[in-house]
Amino acid sequence: MPSARGEQGAVAGAGSREYAARMAEPRPDRSGLRRLAVQVGPALWEIPPTAKPGMRVPARIFATPALFQQMDDGVFDQVTNVAMLPGIVTAAFCMPDGHWGYGFPIGGLAAMDPDTGVISPGGIGFDINCGMRLVRTNLTYADIRDRVHDLIDALYKRVPAGVGARGFLKLSDREFHAVARHGARWCVDHGYGWPEDLECTEERGAIAAADPDHVSPRAMERGRQQVGTLGSGNHYLEIQVVHPENVYDRDAAAAMGLTIPEQVVIMFHCGSRGFGHQIASDYIQSFLPLMESKFHIRLPDRDLACAPFTSKEGQAYFAAMQCAINMSFANRQMILHRVREVFSDVLGRSARDLGLEMVYDVCHNTAKLEEHEVGGRRRRLLVHRKGATRAFAPGMPDIPAAYRAIGQPVIIGGSMETGSYLLRGVATGRDAFFTTAHGSGRTMSRHAAKRQFHGKQLEKDLALRGIYVRTVSYAGLAEEAGAAYKDIDAVVAATAQAGLSQPVVRFVPVGNVKG
Amino acid sequence: MPYRLLDDAPTADVGFVASGDTLDACFQAAADATLDVMLGNRDALQPRERRTITVASESVDLALLKFLEELIFYKDAESLFLRVTLVRVDQRDEQWCVDAVAEGEPVDPARHLLAGDVKAVTLHRLGVRHTDAGWEATVVLDI
Repeated sequence: MPSARGEQGAVAGAGSREYAARMAEPRPDRSGLRRLAVQVGPALWEIPPTAKPGMRVPARIFATPALFQQMDDGVFDQVTNVAMLPGIVTAAFCMPDGHWGYGFPIGGLAAMDPDTGVISPGGIGFDINCGMRLVRTNLTYADIRDRVHDLIDALYKRVPAGVGARGFLKLSDREFHAVARHGARWCVDHGYGWPEDLECTEERGAIAAADPDHVSPRAMERGRQQVGTLGSGNHYLEIQVVHPENVYDRDAAAAMGLTIPEQVVIMFHCGSRGFGHQIASDYIQSFLPLMESKFHIRLPDRDLACAPFTSKEGQAYFAAMQCAINMSFANRQMILHRVREVFSDVLGRSARDLGLEMVYDVCHNTAKLEEHEVGGRRRRLLVHRKGATRAFAPGMPDIPAAYRAIGQPVIIGGSMETGSYLLRGVATGRDAFFTTAHGSGRTMSRHAAKRQFHGKQLEKDLALRGIYVRTVSYAGLAEEAGAAYKDIDAVVAATAQAGLSQPVVRFVPVGNVKG
Repeated sequence: MPYRLLDDAPTADVGFVASGDTLDACFQAAADATLDVMLGNRDALQPRERRTITVASESVDLALLKFLEELIFYKDAESLFLRVTLVRVDQRDEQWCVDAVAEGEPVDPARHLLAGDVKAVTLHRLGVRHTDAGWEATVVLDI
């Protein structure tokens, strides 16, 4: 199990006494909802459906008492609003890294009956299929210690990041339609990847029912030049190391190809860029005027704009949203292609020879049709996960054969300072539709972080701790300071305590490209 | 500056309150705030490209949302940072109509201080109000 505070993770800010004091301070309870929550398990809280008029099911929050107290007041308001959505099954959930978003909290989970329930873009997020990809190497830290700067500098040049960045692919409308339909498979078919990459990608890199006919020309125009770009905000590309003391489950680690002491891995976090953002915006605005007049749905927050899943409008959004899922898989596939080129160029060996193989690619902003057991019977459900990761248990279908015995790999990215985790899905996750956390979860607003931290100083502090950072934006770097996030070790420990997932390996960053 | 950043916006997002004597000035301030979230040195922006913006909505807050979305659209579709130089907001045929001119240039990391990549204008707390001092708009951007 991870320690309460990773020794490699201690940082200015994140490891300081001030940080610990701030973390321990309970947040205000302006809505009064927090005090209505009852602790029903070591890391589970429940707000009854009587807490607010209109709630159809309870709200359940996975968190240790410490994480629960740190959650924003907005989380409680939003998760109880989600409990009002038509067709919601069992409960509205929030993961241990949950924080205040719009509509759903980030870390939100809601499963809908597809026949009677709704689909809500606010339950998926603007960055559709934002996700994580993890790539192993057969290198050790000693092999690259003197080349980390060269590798990060080259990655910074070759993987476009930041505002307005364009990818190296110049796609015609027709080609971009094909990307939207076929996702990462399009990339592999065109020489930008290896067939086995698809086996290790959720949905094998292409979700089936994507239909570009339901995507607006504006969305196409926004996303067409952005395949292979990192973006900005909390998106990053990192070189990380597995220290032997940070392997918590040797068998699972071995199944995922992590067997070498001080093994080097590459992890990156990004989504569907302007394409997904525009699809979400388009459909939220198209649902709004129909909510009451056509669908007869009244909700307390416009950010929960939704449509019945079986309606023409709901089906159109589902088809368009799946195009963004595919674009995002393609985006991460193109970045992997660049990573392989860079490592090969800098180290003078082929990507195959360096063992640059995918461990897994997970989504954390989607709605998908899945089968789950509810009240003793199998049901098909539309599972919304917004800042929440699917975590299928051992033996479940849709897990690559290599991982079926250990459970689905789950990648939880931390801040650029504090490290990240690889976990696996477990059978006890069934109560949460096999879902777990997605990151460490912000605890400080971007505005507050920018006032408190300075990008250039942070860059120097990180260099002193052996983490080399290249960024297109020092302001953006300050916003992503480790102390702006919850303690990732505590979040991962909470997912284990709650029976959502089990940690396999903790990674420590040595180099970071920040968008 | 005719806008102030919100201290209590959702943790992963950026919010602001823009104000102006007139609705036109309020929309102008909101456009400046949106640009400043993406670009750290607005004064470095040169007016090499010009785009006209025309949007309309039944409600004034959604008209503002659509107007700001145009700046985000051009940032992604054409890699353009645009500064609104002229904006006029009118009520016509039960619609709030925004006609604006925006000028700017392609994103240039060598001269532009890149900041946040705005994904979308959210509906969260979105509002435009008439106040004693003029007009005030609250906007939260997803970053």
